[in-house]
Amino acid sequence: MTDVLSQYSVLSLYSAMAIYAIAFVLFTIELASKATEGKLSAKFPRMAMALTWIAFVLQLAATIMRGLAASRVPWANMYEFSMTGTLIIVAVFLFTNLKWNLRFLGAFITGLVLILLGLAATRYYVEIVPLPPALQSYWLVIHVFVATLATGFFALGFSLSVLQLMQQRREVAVVNGKKTRMVGLVRLPDAVALENYAYRLIIIGFIFWTFTLIAGAIWADKAWGRYWGWDTKEVWTFIIWTIYAGYIHARATRGWRGTRSAILAMVGFGAVMFNFTVVNIFFKGLHAYSGL
Amino acid sequence: MSRPSDHIDEEPTQAPVRNAKLGFTETLRWMWTQLTSMRTALILLLLLAIAAIPGSLLPQRAADPNGVTQYFASNKDLAPVLDKFQLFDVYTSVWFSAIYILLFISLIGCVLPRTKHHWDAMRAKPPRTPSRLSRLPGYTEREFTGVDVERAYASAEKVLKSQGYRVERYERDGEVSVSAERGYLRETGNLVFHFSLIGVLIAVGIGGSLGYSGQRVVVEGQAFSNTLLAYDSFSPGRFFSASSLEPYNITLNKFTTKFEERNANAIGQATDYTASITAQVRGGQPFDTTIKVNEPLGIGDTSVYLLGNGYAPVIKVTNSAGEVVFNDAVPFLPQDKNFTSVGVVKLPDGLAHQLGLIGFFYPTVAEAHGGMKMSTYPDLIDPELTLNVYQGDLGINEGIPKSVYTLDIKKMTKLTGIKTKLPSLEMKPGQSAKLPNGMGTVTFEKVARYASLDVHHDPAQGWVLVFAILAMLGLFTSLFIPRRRMWVSIRAKKKNTIELQYAALARGDDPTLEAAVQRTIDDQIRDLGLTRD
Repeated sequence: MTDVLSQYSVLSLYSAMAIYAIAFVLFTIELASKATEGKLSAKFPRMAMALTWIAFVLQLAATIMRGLAASRVPWANMYEFSMTGTLIIVAVFLFTNLKWNLRFLGAFITGLVLILLGLAATRYYVEIVPLPPALQSYWLVIHVFVATLATGFFALGFSLSVLQLMQQRREVAVVNGKKTRMVGLVRLPDAVALENYAYRLIIIGFIFWTFTLIAGAIWADKAWGRYWGWDTKEVWTFIIWTIYAGYIHARATRGWRGTRSAILAMVGFGAVMFNFTVVNIFFKGLHAYSGL
Repeated sequence: MSRPSDHIDEEPTQAPVRNAKLGFTETLRWMWTQLTSMRTALILLLLLAIAAIPGSLLPQRAADPNGVTQYFASNKDLAPVLDKFQLFDVYTSVWFSAIYILLFISLIGCVLPRTKHHWDAMRAKPPRTPSRLSRLPGYTEREFTGVDVERAYASAEKVLKSQGYRVERYERDGEVSVSAERGYLRETGNLVFHFSLIGVLIAVGIGGSLGYSGQRVVVEGQAFSNTLLAYDSFSPGRFFSASSLEPYNITLNKFTTKFEERNANAIGQATDYTASITAQVRGGQPFDTTIKVNEPLGIGDTSVYLLGNGYAPVIKVTNSAGEVVFNDAVPFLPQDKNFTSVGVVKLPDGLAHQLGLIGFFYPTVAEAHGGMKMSTYPDLIDPELTLNVYQGDLGINEGIPKSVYTLDIKKMTKLTGIKTKLPSLEMKPGQSAKLPNGMGTVTFEKVARYASLDVHHDPAQGWVLVFAILAMLGLFTSLFIPRRRMWVSIRAKKKNTIELQYAALARGDDPTLEAAVQRTIDDQIRDLGLTRD
């Protein structure tokens, strides 16, 4: 039963990846093409969004089956964490889209999710094994889940900041009467609006990250006998927190709005990704639960 | 961390421009202004993030002392240089401390005046209505007929009050206006957040200097009492006094482990460790309880954690005359996930020579290619103990404390095992083996398990948590509660018709400002019983 379920989970995940790939192609074509009503490519974003929803449902099914097969939350090793983490990133993207139209982020989000899932499926895959005693805690449910939520919001914030910088270059080029090849950006919100979107998503991520840090400390106190010990993962959680704290302050500092705060948001997400991949795999520390 | 630039009632800063004419006090003031500026705080924050990185790249003495020793061994030239820059103690180093202390001074210098400012703002009336509302965000005009100015004013005041605004009436040139302000909690939250960070820092400092932590290995059947002498290792805080050790005893009755037996991908993986203990506080009744990995025991102001475990073979040594010279459970340190374990027995007295025994213990013994033994499963299926005998000077007569887990073999001769004429002593539980040269007999009586317990006392730990939670709540309100002012200005236009002007102003990021103005208008129309035009 367990074997069958985990096999279906893998199957479902691969299907989701295939559909994400198609959505990614459609999003990208749309982003790179000039806006013209009536052309086929004008329909691409809606098609791509629909495909992303389908892939999301498949990935959700894959994640739930993995959890059922293991009879625990599906985020106890690198493979499962990648699966749940990217699921959350897509969820944050899809649900934010119900409120604001951020479809133009589709190419970035599906691209990122594809890369992470590809890595997870080929490099991080591990069979289902029981939890070691140190992970047997309800804090696994809370601490890790909220960390992935924060990651989802930071990912969106990052992509908006990248677009903000591109848009800003385009706007400057237009003002100076220069030619620009970033024609796809015409239909996007202006740089200031992109920056505001990024800020609103990142502060939500920041609250979740703060919670992750506190919950992690409470759990560390239970499992390792101290709430803070500068373990490598703790160090990087702290670094990420500090970078985003800097970002929030930058938004209220003259001369730091715009380009500089966008760069901080990008550095922050870079650190999040570094923490998730390099620190997990290559650094020595107590958070050695990658299962690799 | 001084007021953000979008602060609406910010006075132009009167920071003196630095030039050669500045006297000493002015220079100090100039430096203080610089230090407490938002830009400095921002740069210090980023510096702190960068300064934390080396501590994750290099082993740290506090978290991984063995890693530091290894690093020194494999990088003989580089390590001392790095050590000079305190790179193995990053988080207590001078430069790291300098950054965060400066950051906190900057923070205090910023939040104190801000608190005063906020205190005044909370007691002040909402400010006079600006004369030209049309320049402000969300500016909207409306005309109502059949309503007089006073009724419109009353309803505007009522609506704004119900939306949580504080209101004040102003009149000018035949215009009556409501000036309203709300969201003081935004700044309150901001200040609570920053003060809580100071609280966290102080609580961490106090807890670290008054607390202590100690480690102790306890074999099944043994007891441990919370006294300085009982610890295998002990690290006190700077202001620790031995009298703060609360007296209690813990006896390890039984240590149970569970290993995965069914899942083919995880055979032998530990799924549970449980230490069954009897504890007793001085003057109290003894009680039975358990300690598990995620479930420490709180006793006498300390927390007792289960952080490790292993096997302790019970070894008896008798000399040639048949006298027992050693009989004890010896904790062996596990070397791999199948608990191949290494331990040491030191026999200073009672034999013809000082002897040291270095032993390997295999809970489930198997022979690899080439005759090397190893354990293939962590539980006791086919346990075996092998011992190598060393003869000579144990080096413990000088009174210098030596680790019970290592044997210094510099002044000793190996008598059994590889590169000697005699094979290692090999025993299953209950079996005996003869020491070389008729010195006596070793008996492997049985195997017990041991638990490695960590005892922590941190009197300020609860405060750290309280401040951390306060910081998070403060952060939440400071980021998500909108601080805004709203004005409704009313004047009579022609017969039976009045004109209303609405406008608002936000402090900080406020995506819903214009929607809020619309809501106020809608609420007022509903309140006046008019229909929307």
